[in-house]
Amino acid sequence: MADETLDASGLNCPLPILKTKKALSKMDSGKILDVISTDAGSVKDIEAFCNQTGNKLVSTAEEGGKYIFTIEKA
Amino acid sequence: MSESKKMTIIATKGTFDWAFPPFIIASTGVAMDKEVTIFFTFYGLNLLLKDTSKLRVSPMGNPAMPMKMPMGPKWLQKIDFGPKIPNILWSLPFTEHLATYLMKKTMKKNGVATLNELRSMCQEFDVKFIACEMTVDLFGYSKDDFIDGVEFAGAATYFDECDGSNHNLYM
Repeated sequence: MADETLDASGLNCPLPILKTKKALSKMDSGKILDVISTDAGSVKDIEAFCNQTGNKLVSTAEEGGKYIFTIEKA
Repeated sequence: MSESKKMTIIATKGTFDWAFPPFIIASTGVAMDKEVTIFFTFYGLNLLLKDTSKLRVSPMGNPAMPMKMPMGPKWLQKIDFGPKIPNILWSLPFTEHLATYLMKKTMKKNGVATLNELRSMCQEFDVKFIACEMTVDLFGYSKDDFIDGVEFAGAATYFDECDGSNHNLYM
């Protein structure tokens, strides 16, 4: 289960990434963040974000037009 | 992970539409662990003004801009009026106000951040804002016209910021 959840529904690029960054910065290493987004572009972007920042993208799921990204803080 | 941790942007444009790319790329850059500097010069100085409400998008001589209605019936929203309206009409008064109003409305509908929101985010993320001193003087600005936290310097300082940076963008 996620330690924190960020609902970025309705927000468009780059807000989901910026809010993810802010949410992670308040968390301890190893904690899990769930990000919910409706922006289709965030599928590639969250992956790129994790790739660059070293945070781990544990899983990506789609559910009725919503994307749920599970990220483990580095 | 990439090796270079620095990024610089030269922001030169001062219309409402072109105010977005520097702040979007800069804030995202910080989110991607970069240290970001924006050098604002010429019309790019508009982006640092305390009052950004006077920034406008001009349809005049802007032929690539799609012009779709953000409201009304679906069939109407699909029509791109951009290529249909003769450019000469955009020389009429208040067309810039109308275009700016419609663009803001479209952005809000699409969940795009406002200009001030993106700029504050950049400041919160410690993006370094440098205003070109020469153009500040050239256009008769006073330093009080700009938001707090802006440094004033010249082109040489920009080059100093570029040192060790792999991403140097001109916008």
